[in-house]
Amino acid sequence: MTIQDRKRANSRTLRRLLIAAGGSFLFAFALAPAYRIACEKVFGIKLEEGAVASDKVGGYAVDESRTVTVQFDTGVSSGLPWQFAPKVVSMQVHPGEPAEALFTATNTGLGALVGQAVPSIAPNTASIYFNKTECFCFTEQKLDAGETREMPVRFVVDPALPEGVNTLTLSYTFYLNDIATQKLADNSAG
Amino acid sequence: MATHAAHAHTDHAHDDHDHKPHGFVNRWLFSTNHKDIGTMYLIFALAMFFVGGAMAMVIRAELFQPGLQFVHPEFFNQMTTMHALIMIFGAVMPAFVGLANWMIPLQIGAPDMALPRMNNWSFWLLPFAFTLLLSTLFMDSGAPAGGWTMYPPLSLQMGHNIAFLIFAVHLMGISSIMGAINIIATILNMRAPGVDLLKMPLFTWTWLITAFLLIAVMPVLAGAVTMLLTDRFFDTSFFNAAGGGDPVMFQHVFWFFGHPEVYIMILPAFGIVSEIIPTFARKPLFGYQAMVYAVASIAFLSFIVWAHHMFTVGMPLGGELYFMYATMLIAVPTGVKVFNWVSTMWKSSMTFETPMLFALAFVILFTIGGFSGLMLAIVPVDFQYHDTYFVVAHFHYVLVTGAVFGIIAGAYYWLPKWTGHMYNERLGKIHFWSSTISVNVLFFPQHFLGLAGMPRRIPDYNVAFADFNMISSIGGFWFGLTQLLFAYIVWQTVRGGAKATANVWEGAHGLEWTVPSPAPFHTFETPPVITNDMLAHGDVTH
Repeated sequence: MTIQDRKRANSRTLRRLLIAAGGSFLFAFALAPAYRIACEKVFGIKLEEGAVASDKVGGYAVDESRTVTVQFDTGVSSGLPWQFAPKVVSMQVHPGEPAEALFTATNTGLGALVGQAVPSIAPNTASIYFNKTECFCFTEQKLDAGETREMPVRFVVDPALPEGVNTLTLSYTFYLNDIATQKLADNSAG
Repeated sequence: MATHAAHAHTDHAHDDHDHKPHGFVNRWLFSTNHKDIGTMYLIFALAMFFVGGAMAMVIRAELFQPGLQFVHPEFFNQMTTMHALIMIFGAVMPAFVGLANWMIPLQIGAPDMALPRMNNWSFWLLPFAFTLLLSTLFMDSGAPAGGWTMYPPLSLQMGHNIAFLIFAVHLMGISSIMGAINIIATILNMRAPGVDLLKMPLFTWTWLITAFLLIAVMPVLAGAVTMLLTDRFFDTSFFNAAGGGDPVMFQHVFWFFGHPEVYIMILPAFGIVSEIIPTFARKPLFGYQAMVYAVASIAFLSFIVWAHHMFTVGMPLGGELYFMYATMLIAVPTGVKVFNWVSTMWKSSMTFETPMLFALAFVILFTIGGFSGLMLAIVPVDFQYHDTYFVVAHFHYVLVTGAVFGIIAGAYYWLPKWTGHMYNERLGKIHFWSSTISVNVLFFPQHFLGLAGMPRRIPDYNVAFADFNMISSIGGFWFGLTQLLFAYIVWQTVRGGAKATANVWEGAHGLEWTVPSPAPFHTFETPPVITNDMLAHGDVTH
């Protein structure tokens, strides 16, 4: 190998490896959509907790032979001065039967605040069997200072819920929606 | 005869003057010489080892007794976070790159690294990266305190120091990637004729594979922290649950980098030990090719086991089982390596100079760390061990008595080649025994603490854990002080000492031992004529 050959080989290796490193950097960002696809398509974990149309759950046959315990868990992000708790900590439902649970939220802060609740279901593989037809988590929730409100969630457990699952935990975390809160403050000031 | 003498004389004069650049700035700031850059990497790593070590001393002082004694809990968390970041990115990784810079061209008969100017840049990014990182200690918000893993949402709830951490990680990443590219280009393109890939020393081999790991995963870390940055400052929601993101996804992306990263920190140590044991056992390495393939297998497996760091996030059962079995599979190639080291020593004529002592301690203590790793791989028990001191004990066995002992062994092994002087063997042995005993006093009780349920990253603890913590802290101070002796030995060897021969060690084989000690500023400017017996692994039947 002459010096010239070596130089050419070195710049070729440099070029290829820089491309590989760049590809690897892009791969990191590709992992974000890949993660969602893997969760939803491969492992059957529902990440998007949107409303389920009532005609879908209307077709369910109520399975009275089976009782599922649904537990409720709440949390509030550190940026939001709210109190937030379920009315009852758990309830018994039959799969296919519509049910309603109530939560209470109080704004203990000094001004009006807009919050957004983010739900999650445990065990996560059961999340596709938990259908919410109506939920306070679908929309922004505005509470004035000191205001308390009851917030309902209506849900139906899919009768196809696997045999081994007898307890579901529905967990909500309330976050401050700072953009909507800011807009609110701007409007009242204007 | 006269001609020969005259020729030898010119050679000698040449060695003395070496065409070294004149002046400090030209010699070091603008250096393109692999030996000088290697030296700078090693000095930088040693300095960072003491900075990170000082932080460990703060941690152990606070944990000496239950209750809060010396530091604010918030500062304690900054210490655990910074200790990890500095030891991983500032001490262990640069030390290995420094060894690679010094030794790879010498081991394959190359005149220098393939891309010498980029080599300079790779090194000089590091002081800036760590200035950026360490500057956070003096900010109002303090240093990052959410753990070196930077898990959101915690890491995003701190002050603006996260931006400094992220940019420091970017710089370190660019430095590592360029270093890795340089090493691959050097090994693939710069080998002297006759140095076939499967005749290369194991240290060169392990670095070739490590460099590929670096190029594959350092950009993933860069991507992950970039997403953190945009989540924190530019309203994206990659990991922000309030905006529809998922914090667990960060853990997946992070450990996709993080698991190969732990092999990046151990594979070159495997290489060093695979060089040292045959030298002092005076026998060729047992199963050379098996060693190469074992390293390649470990590197491959490192990409498919990441989620064993996060068994408790609530993965589906199938995921837990897969990651458990895949992780256990790594014990197979690792076992091949350990048994081959032992087989190399079997019925050999061993002597126990300091590098060999550190290499032997590496084999035994790294294996202990490997066993506790296997315990952690078992999903049902990991639920108990997760985030306890058992994990801390495990990764310090593989990183301190693994990676750091490997680096120290390599330093003693090659120090005579670098400086031209033998180190003080008596002090070296004192350093070894003091380190090996104290490191076990330091980390072994942490296994018990973890099994008893003491959580990691906590400045205070239940009084039930008091005794083992006190023993561990005593071991910590003892180990820390002992490393000052190492710095003294290195300094003493640089200053003077018995003259080292070219071969240095009786049983040493390989091209690096064919050049004089100290290695001249320029070596192998014309490719050496190589016979198989000059190479450490020239005889492929072994």
